[in-house]
Amino acid sequence: MQVNHRYFPHTKKDIEEMLTIIGKNKVEELFESIPKSKLLNEELDLPSSLNELDLYKKLEDIGNLNKRLVSFLGAGAYDNYTPSAVKAIASRQEFLTSYTPYQAEISQGTLQYIFEFQSLVCELTQMDASNASMYDGATATVEAIFMAVAHTKREKVLIANTINPNTLEVIKTYLKYKNIEIVLVESTNFLVSLDDLKQKLDSDIAAFVLQTPNFYGYLEDIDVKDLLEANKSLYIVNAPLCDLAVLKSPGEMKADIACGEAQSMGLSLSFGGPYLGYLACKNFLLRKLPGRIVGLTNDIEGRRAFVLTLQAREQHIKREKASSNICSNQSLMALQVLLYAMLMGKNGLVNYSYDSFNKAHYFYNELLKLDNFKKVTDNEFFKEFVVMYTGDIEKLNNELLNNNILGGLNLEKISNELKNQMLLCINYTKTKEEIDNFINIVRGIK
Amino acid sequence: MYDKLIFEIKDKDIVEKSNFTEKYNINKKYLREDLDLPNLSEVDVVRHYTNLSLKNYGVDQGLYPLGSCTMKYNPKINETVASMDNFVKVHPMQPTSTTQGALKVYYETSKLLSSLTGMSEFTFNPFAGAHGEAVGLMIIKEYFIKKNDLKRNKIIIPDSAHGTNPASCNVVGFETIEIKSNSNGLVDLEALKAVLDDTVAAIMLTNPNTVGIFEKDILEISALVHNNGSLLYYDGANLNAILGVARPADMGFDVMHINLHKTFSTPHGGGGPGSGPVGVVSKLTKYLPNPRVVYENGKYEFFKTKDSIGSISSFYGNFSVVLKAYTYILALGKENIMNVGKLAVLNANYIKEALKEDYLLAIDSTCMHEVVFDGLKDKTATTLEVAKRLLDYGYHPPTIYFPLLFHQALMIEPTETESKDTLDSFISVMKRIAEEARNSNELLKDAPHNTTVRRLDEVKAARNPILKYKDIKI
Repeated sequence: MQVNHRYFPHTKKDIEEMLTIIGKNKVEELFESIPKSKLLNEELDLPSSLNELDLYKKLEDIGNLNKRLVSFLGAGAYDNYTPSAVKAIASRQEFLTSYTPYQAEISQGTLQYIFEFQSLVCELTQMDASNASMYDGATATVEAIFMAVAHTKREKVLIANTINPNTLEVIKTYLKYKNIEIVLVESTNFLVSLDDLKQKLDSDIAAFVLQTPNFYGYLEDIDVKDLLEANKSLYIVNAPLCDLAVLKSPGEMKADIACGEAQSMGLSLSFGGPYLGYLACKNFLLRKLPGRIVGLTNDIEGRRAFVLTLQAREQHIKREKASSNICSNQSLMALQVLLYAMLMGKNGLVNYSYDSFNKAHYFYNELLKLDNFKKVTDNEFFKEFVVMYTGDIEKLNNELLNNNILGGLNLEKISNELKNQMLLCINYTKTKEEIDNFINIVRGIK
Repeated sequence: MYDKLIFEIKDKDIVEKSNFTEKYNINKKYLREDLDLPNLSEVDVVRHYTNLSLKNYGVDQGLYPLGSCTMKYNPKINETVASMDNFVKVHPMQPTSTTQGALKVYYETSKLLSSLTGMSEFTFNPFAGAHGEAVGLMIIKEYFIKKNDLKRNKIIIPDSAHGTNPASCNVVGFETIEIKSNSNGLVDLEALKAVLDDTVAAIMLTNPNTVGIFEKDILEISALVHNNGSLLYYDGANLNAILGVARPADMGFDVMHINLHKTFSTPHGGGGPGSGPVGVVSKLTKYLPNPRVVYENGKYEFFKTKDSIGSISSFYGNFSVVLKAYTYILALGKENIMNVGKLAVLNANYIKEALKEDYLLAIDSTCMHEVVFDGLKDKTATTLEVAKRLLDYGYHPPTIYFPLLFHQALMIEPTETESKDTLDSFISVMKRIAEEARNSNELLKDAPHNTTVRRLDEVKAARNPILKYKDIKI
């Protein structure tokens, strides 16, 4: 056997010497336990090997089939800027190519940044404990529900229907196979209805799940903790981690579990992933918190050190009794979010939040000056909002697309009741010129 | 040695102002009271995390022989491609006319993985191996629900399985039946026959199994399971052993997941992001999660099916990880990919032969891509001590105390990207440690000696959990 590719370091002589030591004549003899009839003996239907230059060019060509647009769409994925220092640090091989930090003595880099990430999440959410990360905001919310179900031993959850529909779809998929019932709490004027919540709250309810800012961008304003506590139900708040730099935290809302998406803290859009889910809780739920958790300890010489802890909760110990199966998470994305937060600092995070708020409100007000845009609510929003467009939204979006602009989401696709309404988003990444350009293009559409 | 937390660096109170002047006011009731985070200079942050990185060990530094983890070299071109602006700056909800490149990557990678595994189609929506397991099990559940065969609520799992297998069953609402392995580390056919009945939905197998041995009776297992009306699930954790040599679907598997961060060279990132695509045979494609990708009339498009299990991620999984795996497959091509499994198995057997005098072979037969020892032959030191001593010699230790079948399990997976020279150096260190254990096992008892921190007090960490910076001050 002879190999000839840059990823394989074996010479022909190496292979021969190794076979001699093993006591085989051919590499194929190592596979005698595989039924002979099932060994591949013809060439696979795959393209031929490419050298690096040709490979680069091919992938660049494929990339060119995508179109980069100036985005005025959010709906769960937000255009944002990744500082160069984030990329520089996160691409270091010590972080990029290392495994899960099971061997603590040579993984203190990873363990410490996870500890710092947990500290960051706890500060933003004002919760007691955070894990090392989840896959995305939707699966983090599913795990939050599983925690509540395990804690309360109840099998029904209330979910505000203003939650991101993608998140809701994922919850539905998971819960149906566990026979956990979902009851949606209705909304009026894009905000969850407290009356409907009261009506649907009964002794079978494990938890109430509320997203704020909600899918439509509006800030929910209900105080439900006492109500839920009296019913022995848990309160789960889903909030984009980034927005918590200025918005009321899940802790201040007296939530028991905080969860959501952290993509808007410097993670690129990347066609939907990798993003970052976070999950944090009050102390009384710590033993129900899934995934990896890093704790502080010391080594035998008394030096401060970090280690994976409370592992008795996890699948590799609990096996069929584990309430979560998460193993790999999104560790490198947690590092990037941590880096983003530390590079921005408190002042940067707060200023950029206000910048997003200001630009979104400037954009909103400019839109409403146009004849064909109408206000649908006076609700308070942050960086995302709904407006009514009296014309054809698809036509509008096509015209924007011709100008390399990604328009808003046609909400008719979400609900028939939301005909002629669109969800738009803007944050600190957009310049005033880009906003004015959008307005001018829209003004030109008859 | 650098030992600060980022929160312990002196606050510089740096203020970055935005140049946008319009001011609007948020009603105070929506705002938080305070935010206690530092304001640091860029150089403070960069030096802090660079210093942290130096306390880590990565694949670019040397051998990383973690059994069941397939820590192969991660080619650099993968990263270059994944950071191209035309892939990075694409919103997942852009019109598909503007995301043809991204959709092509999904579609083509499914085709390539189908060629390599014999499956009909892959979904890339699962974020990791365990996520893929849950999705595969949901597909199995949905298949029986649609057949109105509702009593099939059990999954058979060998006792050598990864912990994620039984945990995934629980997450999807299946009961598990654990069957004992025989003395060769293989599925015991009699034990299997004894539990097969009309409540069994499927068997989950890792093949080669976690002992590093190929289930040679796979065709018989497959016939038994299928004749029982049940399905076969292939846990792709060990796919690297047979990549380009044999295909799971040809052996009778109906559903499988692949860990792209193992077999297809995407970096582990200190624990993620991974990607756990799930492949199925044609009769199961309609149950794959929504959305799927189709190529019709020269155009790639998303579509949904009503029989689907539903959606399992906010969008379409870890796209850029899939892109890296796609790049890897194209780099190797058909001429080279069939050598991956062969070289991986050659390397593992070479280590097995070289170390079997000093370390006790768990199973004395040809291994696949990894070899399991049951600790030192003369028991002069424990497997933990051997592993910790390896750290002093600058190696990442093998997987230890897994599989659970062997009390002193030491599981070595070299992968195909390691040269004979690298293996020889590792082997000589392993032999030297065995020698040290015989002569002065104090060296092993206290190991490691040369690392940035030494052995940790794990009991203290668990008894009094300090899980964030603010817990320290209390």
